[in-house]
Amino acid sequence: MVDMAVIELSRLQFALTALYHFLFVPLTLGLSFMLVIMESIYVMTDRPIWRVVTRFWAKLFAINFVLGVATGITMEFEFGTNWAYFSHYVGDIFGAPLAIEGLMAFFLEATFVGMMFFGWDKLSKRQHLFTTFMVALGSNLSALWILIANGWMQHPTGSRFNPDTMRMEVTDFAAVIFNPVAQAKFVHTVSAGYVCASVFVLGVSSWYILRGKWVAVAKRSFTVAAAFGLASSLSVVVLGDESGYTLTDNQKMKLASLEAMWHTEPAPAGITLFGIPSMEGRETRYEIKVPYVLGLISTRSLTGQVAGIDELVVKAETRIESGIKAYDAVEKLKVNRTDLAARAQFEEHKLDLGYAMLLKRFMADPRAATPADIQKAAWTTVPNVPVMFWLFRGMAGLGFFFIAFFGAAFYMASIRRFGCANGFCRLFMRAAVWIIPLPWLAIEGGWILAEIGRQPWAIDGVLPTFLGASSLTIPQIWTTIIGFTALYGTLAVIEVRLMLAAIAHGPIEDHVPHQPAYPAQGEARFQGYAALPAE
Amino acid sequence: MVPPIDYETLRVIWWLLMGVLLIGFALTDGFDLGVAALLPFVGKTDEERRMVINAVGATWEGNQVWFILGGGAIFAAWPFVYAVSFSGFYLAMFLVLAALILRPVGFKYRSKRPDPAWRSRWDWALFVGGFVPALVFGVAVGNVLAGIPFRLDSDLRSFYEGTLLGLFHPFSLLAGLLSVTMLVLHGSAWLALKIEHGAVHDRAKRFGQIAAVLSIVLFAAGGVMMATMGYGFRMQGAVDPAGPSNPHMAAMIAAPGAWLDNFSAHPLMLLAPLLGFVGPIIALVGIRARREALAFGGSSAAATGIIATVGLSMFPFILPSSIDPASSLTVWNASSSHMTLFNMLLVTLLFLPIVLLYTAWAYKVMFGRVTLQDVRTNPDFY
Ligand code: HDD
Ligand code: HEM
Ligand code: HEM
Repeated sequence: MVDMAVIELSRLQFALTALYHFLFVPLTLGLSFMLVIMESIYVMTDRPIWRVVTRFWAKLFAINFVLGVATGITMEFEFGTNWAYFSHYVGDIFGAPLAIEGLMAFFLEATFVGMMFFGWDKLSKRQHLFTTFMVALGSNLSALWILIANGWMQHPTGSRFNPDTMRMEVTDFAAVIFNPVAQAKFVHTVSAGYVCASVFVLGVSSWYILRGKWVAVAKRSFTVAAAFGLASSLSVVVLGDESGYTLTDNQKMKLASLEAMWHTEPAPAGITLFGIPSMEGRETRYEIKVPYVLGLISTRSLTGQVAGIDELVVKAETRIESGIKAYDAVEKLKVNRTDLAARAQFEEHKLDLGYAMLLKRFMADPRAATPADIQKAAWTTVPNVPVMFWLFRGMAGLGFFFIAFFGAAFYMASIRRFGCANGFCRLFMRAAVWIIPLPWLAIEGGWILAEIGRQPWAIDGVLPTFLGASSLTIPQIWTTIIGFTALYGTLAVIEVRLMLAAIAHGPIEDHVPHQPAYPAQGEARFQGYAALPAE
Repeated sequence: MVPPIDYETLRVIWWLLMGVLLIGFALTDGFDLGVAALLPFVGKTDEERRMVINAVGATWEGNQVWFILGGGAIFAAWPFVYAVSFSGFYLAMFLVLAALILRPVGFKYRSKRPDPAWRSRWDWALFVGGFVPALVFGVAVGNVLAGIPFRLDSDLRSFYEGTLLGLFHPFSLLAGLLSVTMLVLHGSAWLALKIEHGAVHDRAKRFGQIAAVLSIVLFAAGGVMMATMGYGFRMQGAVDPAGPSNPHMAAMIAAPGAWLDNFSAHPLMLLAPLLGFVGPIIALVGIRARREALAFGGSSAAATGIIATVGLSMFPFILPSSIDPASSLTVWNASSSHMTLFNMLLVTLLFLPIVLLYTAWAYKVMFGRVTLQDVRTNPDFY
């Protein structure tokens, strides 16, 4: 049987390192594209101030980027170090997107990022813009491939269990790549990154405007952020994750639990705006419902039913019973590969094999399960409903808030109201500074929602999380949890300080002038901000 | 669909590609590791150290992807190897990761503040980021050659029975030191090539000569030890090279001395260890004759020869088990499925040439020696 403490610690470590990695990722995803926009304006208009704008945000980009890279290294190896059985069990499918990500995305972004930082004097303007674009492309492609991997964990298509090798193997590579869940995740996640970067740029620019510092740079950055942010916040909400929830039983369970919907309702189901879900009572009290909306969102029709938790648990019981037969067949095949009866039995029940493994939490051999055990195991397929319920409402609420917020910012940018001596404008600019942390809250919350909602599965319906961990000892895992926390904590403090110092320092560059290869574009920068063209 | 290349051939191709990746890593990121390990010693003043850092400043990031891709490609093509080795070497992996995390941050953050104490701390962080991974990689290879204490149960779950300290024994320490001298040699050859003539350049060359001599001595000592310690494993009975990836389907035994068998069976393979000796000699000659490109070629040949020697001596074994030889992972029992190997080969053939192309362009753009003048005036320099 499995040592649950090892599992819990491995989960804790994965959550800590992934959430930390994802503090830096969204800013990279969004800021890289904003740099492309800013630099394109520079190349098209040839106005030196846009060069100053681009180089200033590139400096902040660099401070953030490097920690994304450093913490990504941990992630790449963590499946092997902490989730060894997971890696063996699904590596045949799951490893491919990770390898392709390295080959197609990491090489691209990492090679061009060096030229982006070091190439200002060595490349022509257009060549430099090209390198900036390649960095943005590379980081967004990396998101695509890692989300294909993660999407497959949520909805494992194109694969089957092979009893000869005791693992999942690919049957349809295209189905893995064009997984609808992965595509929905990709759009939602990168849009979230764009929102994050827009809020960041808008907030910092507002701060400058409030102080009356670097106003020419701040106004331009504000305008870019307002437009990009409005488009992205619409995209994050409109192209949210709804699609794909009816694909598998487990995705249905996720939908039911983030809605705290215990019983199947007649179609179309209503959405719960407020309520107090309770795991013990298996009910949600004090509900306030808006009729029809949930059914419309999740099934895109008036007649489709949204399944409730109770009903899904009953379905899980049937699948566990069928899974035990598949398990039995696999055990027979281990002894004798040519046992034809066992093969036939396996073929008939193989889709439910994962469900039998849920029983391994309680017993070494699932075949010994009593009906009570099966019922207990079926109830483990319900994720933590109250947490899901509230995280979802927090994120969605923030989504609508961002739309309104960027709507206002866009309006201000279009009527060019930057004077801001008092009134609404000043209030808005202040708010823009204070809300900088909000996108991070929404994003981290979104990940916790997506990953907790997948529990108890590491691979939906295929491999329970508690079976995926490596055979490690508790002191080993504590050592690395403490080690990573200390290292990451120190680096976080350093990075925030450097970021704040760079923002306080502003867009001037205090270096002795030297002879650039392209003198025409080198001019403005060494004279600093003071010499910039007047408004 | 049945892929048009047979399973056995694909497995051998992916074994070769794993070698290409490891050698690619050693030849590119390898000199970054060597340079970082040399940093506090070849640069005495702040400006000198900045010259050293900027000699790799624009390209180390791309080079590091060889390491990351190494992880990803082993995961995709040899999932067993990925699972067993990284969970087995758990704490050693943590040391490597922690050290490698310090490196990007060190490069980028060191120059952000003028404070000498701040900069000196990052210099030592960079040293750790270069030296520790170089050492631990070598120690890990030494342990793989000796056999790793793991076993697989009937579900193919792996259990590791060693400790962190158990990884350090005379043979693995020797392998670790060889790995350090090999990469330091490569790093100093790069510095000799990339930094203008002057104090830093001279110091780099001095370290390079020492590292070249030590590499030769350690490599020879390693060969002698390998022959006398009697390391080696062998497959027994019928083996199906196209069979399912399941170690429980063939017999393997410990066979002292077997690691030398491949070389006597196929004398052509002796070219690899030969390269391992000739490489450092060429590097030495190049450094002394002020032919820096030749020196860099020599250090590249050294790393290629040494890594190829290890791979060839073990073929078809990848991770032998010292406590349960029947659990050993080999080219024939630890790969991905036929289909995945084929798909990933297509992807590699498509993207690797593109990667090499733009990497070459990046090196061309950044061509030329780093000068003191640059460090003083270029606002983009670290
Ligand atoms: C490709 C796979 C993959 C990807 C892209 C992510 N995760 Fe994940 N996550 C896992 C694969 C995974 C996992 C290995 O499967 C874990 C470990 C235990 C588990 O159940 O799933 C997991 C667990 C896990 C947990 C703990 C959930 C729990 O145990 O209750 C959190 C909070 C996150 N992840 C957060 C993230 C964040 C912030 C990510 C963004 C970088 C992220 N995940 C990307
Ligand atoms: C949990 C699985 C993940 C793994 C194994 C992983 C791995 C990595 C690695 C190795 C790097 C460094 C690459 C380099 O050197 O350039 C990295 C950086 C990056 N990753 Fe992740 N990552 C994970 C999750 C994610 C997710 C879910 C996304 C996107 C939605 C993402 C997006 C990025 C981006 C944009 C970078 C560029 C560097 C930066 O963020 O500053 N990663 N990741
Ligand atoms: C009305 C607005 C929103 C809706 C309906 C929505 C919906 C969802 C859902 C259902 C998930 C879970 C996906 C899964 O189960 O796999 C999710 C995840 C996530 N959300 Fe949102 N979301 C909204 C707004 C936002 C906002 C504003 C942000 C950030 C700025 C954000 C960032 C994320 C992230 C990073 C994830 C995890 C990645 C993923 O699973 O796609 N979301 N969202």
